[in-house]
Amino acid sequence: MPISAFLTDASLCIGCKACEVACKEWNEVPDDGFSWSGHSYDNTRALGASTWRHVLFLEQPHRMGAQLAGINEPFRWQFLSDVCKHCANAGCLEACPTGSIVRTEVGSVFVQPDICNGCGYCVVSCPFGVIEKRPEDGRAFKCTFCYDRQKAGLIPACAKACPTESIQFGDLEVLRLRGKKRVQNLQERGYSDARIYDPQETSVGGIHAFSVIFGEPEAYNLPPAPEVPTVYLKSAWTSAFISAAIIVAIVCAAFAI
Amino acid sequence: MKTAAKPKMTEERLEEIRKAASESTKETLATQESPRKPSAQGEQSYYGLPALKAPVWTWEVPLYFFLGGIAGLSACVAFVAQSFRSDPALIRVSLWAALLGAAMCPVLLIADLGRPTRFLNMLRVFKLRSAMSLGAWILAAFSGFAFLAVVCFEILLRGFTNPLWTSLLWLGETSAAAVGLLLASYTAVLIGATAIPVWSENRKLLPVHFLTSGLGCSAAILELAGFLIPATQVLGFAASGIETLIEIFLEVRKRPVDAPLHQGKSGTTLRIAGLLEGPIALFLRVFWGSVPAGRYAAAVCFLIGALLSRYAWIWAGRASARDPNVLFQLQRQT
Repeated sequence: MPISAFLTDASLCIGCKACEVACKEWNEVPDDGFSWSGHSYDNTRALGASTWRHVLFLEQPHRMGAQLAGINEPFRWQFLSDVCKHCANAGCLEACPTGSIVRTEVGSVFVQPDICNGCGYCVVSCPFGVIEKRPEDGRAFKCTFCYDRQKAGLIPACAKACPTESIQFGDLEVLRLRGKKRVQNLQERGYSDARIYDPQETSVGGIHAFSVIFGEPEAYNLPPAPEVPTVYLKSAWTSAFISAAIIVAIVCAAFAI
Repeated sequence: MKTAAKPKMTEERLEEIRKAASESTKETLATQESPRKPSAQGEQSYYGLPALKAPVWTWEVPLYFFLGGIAGLSACVAFVAQSFRSDPALIRVSLWAALLGAAMCPVLLIADLGRPTRFLNMLRVFKLRSAMSLGAWILAAFSGFAFLAVVCFEILLRGFTNPLWTSLLWLGETSAAAVGLLLASYTAVLIGATAIPVWSENRKLLPVHFLTSGLGCSAAILELAGFLIPATQVLGFAASGIETLIEIFLEVRKRPVDAPLHQGKSGTTLRIAGLLEGPIALFLRVFWGSVPAGRYAAAVCFLIGALLSRYAWIWAGRASARDPNVLFQLQRQT
């Protein structure tokens, strides 16, 4: 089966939050609080156990291509729908001690709710801060990539509901090519800081839900160089074994004298 | 403002509000120009919101780290003491400390689970790449070996000398000692191999601290049980000495990522813990170590310090997850 992917295009997003609504309704995700954040039109704030799509609202003192903002200072208002990245090397999947988190046949990272026992290790192992434990339930939740819909030959609810095709769903390689072309096209049209966010050069090894963004990824709270935490295992264990050897030597010395 | 009359709500007032809002927006944009401009460090974060999820572990987990360290190192001390034909009473206390610790640990871990009834799912798979999975198996194995060692030791103590019990005791003690070292150190690897910057950037230091701390605690328990022998004094000196070095190292090395180790609730707790485990316990041993009271005091200080430090490290992880700027700067550097 081909690898499924999302291409989320900030240049097409209008911030309507249809994806958030569609995701919640289809997946029966509970509410994530009703409160005002004061951060532009974003009252969702971040991805979490009960937020599997999150529309970001960026207010930046930069020109957006040739657009005029209507004020003297350079200004742009940007939107981007964020989602679980379904990493090629997923920190949560590697960390899961129960085998609840698995890689599906479409290449997505899926939490089996009937296996998860809520140990919380995936939460600290996600370099994107996506997966979270739902306190009232006890288990960890995140985007399922609409695995149920994909099994039935349907596209994910968010992509289906997106009115501008800012969320595109399809084969990974096809979408990577489309994203590349889109960025080229945007740059030719004067959007000089358009780029793809897909950290392929780090240990994460690329993501299956990548984006077209403007400017630095930090502004979207996207880590510029995320690492899958298993890369830290070797040095940590080496230190543990050396320390253990020294500790044993100390204990031997203490009882020898 | 309280004396000023309420402005009349007119169209002029609305114009005024609009003007004020537009002025303040311009002002905000002008003042935000510099911090929001792309720099070598890249763009700032998204409204300063956390880019990572904070650890959700509650009070049980740091307590487990503490008890697991004591249990593991006690098994190690028991094995070495047995090898050097030390006092059987001391070996007995150490073995029981290992077993009691091993008995309490699973209770704490299960209590922390979101779905405690599914604790057996931990033994559904064996994953070397998951420190949590490995840890579940380490704890299960350790409990078995510690139980075997204690049972054989008690049987032999009652005069039932038999080569079978002797060899089973040897098997239990050596295995418990080896697995005990893993039990005391895997917890450091567990938090070291995460996305939380203050943990992963200290992944080499954490095992040194956790093992030393466990060693000092197992020696402290022996001292509190009345074994004021030179061996426990040496272990106490060594553990406090290494902890003092770690404390100095942490104070001298100033990295932005280590801010939670110096500031806030976690920083204060860690500093107190470090002082208790390191300089204070060491001071008590040097100047008051010749009398039992001094050694008891040093032992108690070390135990309290070791317990506090486990909580401090977990709290530091929470603080670290809240700071997106340090995370992004760290990733830009490497």
